[in-house]
This record gives sequence, C-alpha cells and structure tokens, in this order.
Amino acid sequence: MQIIDARGLSCPQPVIETKKVLDKKPDAVTVQVDNISAKENVSRYAKAAKYEVFAEGTEYGWQLELRKV
Amino acid sequence: MKRLGKEQYTIMVSGSIFSVLAVLLVMLGNPLNMGFCIACFYRDIAGSLGLHSAAVVQYARPEIIGLFLGATAMALFRKEHKSRGGSSPLTRFVISFFVMIGALVFLGCPFRMLLRIGGGDLNAVVALLGFAAGVIAGSLLLNKGFSLGRSYTQGKVEGSLPSIIALALLVVLLFLPALLKFSTSGPGSMHAPILISLAAGAVVGLLAQRTRFCMAGGIRDLFLFRDSTLLLGSVAVIVVALILNIATGTFKLGFAGQPVAHTNWLWNFLGMGLVGYGSTLLGGCPLRQTILAAEGNTDSAMSVLGMIAGTAFAHNFGLASSGAGATLGGKVAVVLGFALLTLIALVVIRKQK
Repeated sequence: MQIIDARGLSCPQPVIETKKVLDKKPDAVTVQVDNISAKENVSRYAKAAKYEVFAEGTEYGWQLELRKV
Repeated sequence: MKRLGKEQYTIMVSGSIFSVLAVLLVMLGNPLNMGFCIACFYRDIAGSLGLHSAAVVQYARPEIIGLFLGATAMALFRKEHKSRGGSSPLTRFVISFFVMIGALVFLGCPFRMLLRIGGGDLNAVVALLGFAAGVIAGSLLLNKGFSLGRSYTQGKVEGSLPSIIALALLVVLLFLPALLKFSTSGPGSMHAPILISLAAGAVVGLLAQRTRFCMAGGIRDLFLFRDSTLLLGSVAVIVVALILNIATGTFKLGFAGQPVAHTNWLWNFLGMGLVGYGSTLLGGCPLRQTILAAEGNTDSAMSVLGMIAGTAFAHNFGLASSGAGATLGGKVAVVLGFALLTLIALVVIRKQK
C-alpha cells in the first residue's frame, strides 16, 4: 500500500499530496501526519473524495488509513 | 452543495462571534471598522515599542496579547500545543514582511477587510478581489510543488517563548506603561478599555485555535479542493458585521470618506493581492500565523516577527498609505514584493524538480 509521508508539512501541502494520490483512485492509501490541522484537513478531503478514514495515534502524530468506500 | 456538518456550523458561529466582538470594540473606542485588524495592531505594537516613530499609531494592543493567550490556553487544553519549527524560518520572515507592506498599502489585514466590507466600505470589496486573485496565484504555485520544507520537533522552551513574550508585554502594559509609547491622537489613541480588549482577543484566540479560522485558507481550500468549510467563517464575519453596523448606525455605503481607508482602487487591489499571495505561500493569513505561533509553531513566530518588522519599515520609510492614498514608496514596495515572492517561489519549485 502506498504511504504518503506528510510529516512536518504545513497545510495545505498534506492535502495536496493526498489529493494527487487519491485522484488516481487507489483502493487504499496511508497518510502520516504530525499536526492536528493536517489530520483534520486530510480526513475532511478524504471523506469528500468518498474514502473512509481510520486514524491511529502514533509516536509522531497520526497514521491515517484511507479506504475507498 | 453538501449538507452542513458540525465543523461548518462551529466555524460560522465563531465568525459571527468575531464580528459581534469587533463591533463591540468599536463601540467602546476602537477606530471604525477596526474592532480587529491584525496588521494595524502589530503596527501599533511596533510603534508602542518605539520601532517606528509614527506618533498616531502607537499602542500595545491588548487584543493581540489576548489572541496569544487565548490560543495558547485552548491548545494546552486540547493537548495540541507542540514546539515545532525549522521550515525555512528566514524565508517566512521575508514573506511576512511583504505581507505587511501590502496590508498597510491597503490599510488593513484580511480580517479588517471583511469588517470594512461589513461597514459598507466598497474599497474593501475591490481589495477582496485582489486578495482572492493573490490567493489563487499562490495556490497555483502550491499545486506546482511550492513548499517551504518540513518542520521538526523543537524543545519546549522554543515553542513556549511566543506566549511568554506576549505575557511579558501584558505585564509591561499593565504595570510599567511608562516604558511604552502611546498615541495621543489618531487611530492609535482610539481604543476600548484594556481588559475588555484583552478578553475579546482571548475569545477570538480560543475560537480561532479551535476552528483553524483563516481568511486566505478559505479561498484557497475552495479553489484547490472545492471545500468551503473555512470560507464559511469569513462569510459569517461579513454578514454579521453588516447586520450589526446597520443596526448600530455605523453602516455607510460607498468609496469616499470611509474611516482609515483610501480610494486608490488599483493599490487597494494590489496591496491586498500581495497579502493573499504571501499568506498562501506561508500557509495562512496574519491571524492564522498568530494563532499557530501561540500553539508552539516557531516558524509562524518568525512570521509574526517578520510582520512586526514589516509594519515598522512601512512607517519608517513612508510605505504605508494614509487616508490621502498610497505613497510612491508604498507602490514601489508592493511591486518589489510581488517580484521577490515570485522569485522565491520559482527557485523553490525548480529546486524540487
């Protein structure tokens, strides 16, 4: 599964990186984020693009698993 | 149009509260349509600290101190306070510097632009078009791969300093005001009582931290992702300010004779265009930079320092506009700002390829 490392990137870059990948309609993708606005913005974008979001807290922040609905 | 969710309602309610507080601050003494203006308030603080000598704009605005303290409190409460930095701090300083030049050529930050529109000032509508154009230009660069690089975790001291400095300024303002300069006439002399300004700033700080409120982000997200969440906050600010200004009799529709404003439409458009452009490259408008700094983001703290320096330069070198219009120096500085920011962006994008 593809992993997007968006750690340390400030908004909106995590969403831009996520959008680039989701535009190719993969079944699932993992996004690593380390700040709350990135987590919220990526999640909101993913939901709008019809992906389910599973967030898991990690040592650096969150690992978001996006799965096509 | 999607159905509105909790996030959308929260940001609209927050934006409405911002306008209520802004109108209240004006009723209690702030200059018209200046219940909140991040650019004007940093300029007043720079003046109060003697960083520029424009006697009419010197006051240690407690609203800014309140923004810092409110946002820090909310971030600590929600366990979102994190020391981080290292994403091109000096570049952020320079971009923020020019964001303030643009803001002071227009005479207001994005926040005051919304409040001015709500007060019937049509010059601010022209500025909004420029602001939107600037944000869209910045967004296109972001899409092309513009990035100021990653930030990294920093020590606790680093990320706590912005709020500690704000607190120190509050102590000086309350107990050692003789150290500061205060305007005796002009916009700097017009202000609500200290504690009310502080409290209003704190409420906006709490809510802006919670909602990630950002005026540049609103237009950017709509353009890049067709997401209107953030923009709804700005719309709420305009609508509620409009209603309250009409209700309290401070609404005045037109271009001429607006408070702390000028009618050079081209420079209102370009000044705010530079603000939108720079804010988008930074990742947020002046309000958002302030809130992020309070959350421990030292890159945004560098932006705040760049903004303060920008306002001081704007007055020391006659770049800021007055009611009479934009100055020659201000026009040159805005054009230079566009050129420099574009150069920075193109070099960054090229490096990444």
